[in-house]
Amino acid sequence: MLSLFVSVVRRDLLLAWRRRSDVLTALGFFLLVTSLFPLGVGPEPEQLSHIAAGVMWVAALLATLLSVSRLFESDEADGTLEQMLLSVEPLPVIVLGKVCAYWLLTGLPLVVIAPLIGLQFNLSADETLIVCATLLVGTPSLSLLGAVGASLTLGLRGGGALIALLVLPLYVPVLIFGAGALDAWRAGLGIQSHLALLSAVLLVALAVCPLASATALRIAQD
Amino acid sequence: MSDSPLTATRAPSSGFSLFHYASPQTFFPLAGKLLWPTWIIAIVLTIAGLYTGFFIAPTDATQGDSYRIIFIHVPAAWMSMVVYLVMAFWCAVGLIFNTRLSFMMSSALAPTGALWAFIALWTGALWGKPTWGTYWVWDARLTSELILFFLYCGYMALQAAIDDPRRADRAGALIAIVGAINVPIIYFSVKWWNTLHQGASVSLTQSPSMASTMLTGMLLMALAAWAYTIGVALVRVRAIMIERERHTDWVRQLGNAAQAGDIKA
Repeated sequence: MLSLFVSVVRRDLLLAWRRRSDVLTALGFFLLVTSLFPLGVGPEPEQLSHIAAGVMWVAALLATLLSVSRLFESDEADGTLEQMLLSVEPLPVIVLGKVCAYWLLTGLPLVVIAPLIGLQFNLSADETLIVCATLLVGTPSLSLLGAVGASLTLGLRGGGALIALLVLPLYVPVLIFGAGALDAWRAGLGIQSHLALLSAVLLVALAVCPLASATALRIAQD
Repeated sequence: MSDSPLTATRAPSSGFSLFHYASPQTFFPLAGKLLWPTWIIAIVLTIAGLYTGFFIAPTDATQGDSYRIIFIHVPAAWMSMVVYLVMAFWCAVGLIFNTRLSFMMSSALAPTGALWAFIALWTGALWGKPTWGTYWVWDARLTSELILFFLYCGYMALQAAIDDPRRADRAGALIAIVGAINVPIIYFSVKWWNTLHQGASVSLTQSPSMASTMLTGMLLMALAAWAYTIGVALVRVRAIMIERERHTDWVRQLGNAAQAGDIKA
């Protein structure tokens, strides 16, 4: 099962490496959206550092949403998905491998680029670190929940808007705990509880989402 | 995945069976018989509840008469939550036992649930203006009610986007169940988020004691809301049954009977 997981991850990473520009789209979107906020709300450093965590988290949510709808698309187009469904290997593990590769390609880059945006939003080093930590624990949940939405809307018309309607309400807890950590830290409450709750959400998502996504794929390809 | 023969071929048996009414063919006449009693109960309870609420219940000491919207607001909020759970329950039953009727039932309930959520939000806003001075606050209950409304919208939008009813049923069921798992998490996360931002929020807590007539009115209205929900869901599920099963013999016979003048099935 582990070798299956590793081979799926490796395959998806290799495919992405051969089409590098796809990966950069989500990252570019994240950078662009966060850069728009100072233009919209004004460049006062105080205000920017106040809204920074929320802006970065909402941008991460939207960037995930933008790219996750393509998670199964190319596999469906070239027939690979059908072979995955027919395979004797457990489908949830294959899905988990795909989501893991997807997160490495779109979630992890957001965490890496976040300090840069922290600079733009006048965050101190500690505050930047906190936002990065929450993004690191929170974005895998976004990818997992997004995968359920992507498999449910696979091949449907208006898939993009539909996946937003399905998945965004489910993102609310992650957004609250993720963006709330910085506020809690500023209020002197510490961030352990927020990180623990984000991890709890991640564990539940790890247990439920691959199964749900695999079921949805079977429904879609029935 | 193959169609379960359980519902498709079992003839109505004389002995009681859990699955006897699980087929559209046997449930359709039953739903028709339940329809009128349900409507009558709903109307009687609504009149009784509104009369109790608007004329018998005393004026509130702090809020004046504006509190009386509680008789619509609270039952609507209750129903919006209950209907989502019932919907998710039928979805789970449908996925487990592969019964077509369960999926029809949950898609029949969804618009009513969304309506209750909308009414709860709307009346809440109207109630908020005179008591808090604002139509909307990001209170935990308001926010989670709003998200519940979005969950209903997502379920209905997904079903509407899929042409194949079988796939629509199952995909909708999946998102309803995932949503139901998420509802408590959303509720507590929003609640906690709200306590962090306590400065801006207004406390929603009721005064500790409530006049018994107020409680009576509210319970009557809640029961009326139940009856209305059941009635309207039965009407909708009957329409869905006929539409989905229009190629089957029993619907054709129904059509023939209707043409012969016997409209009430």
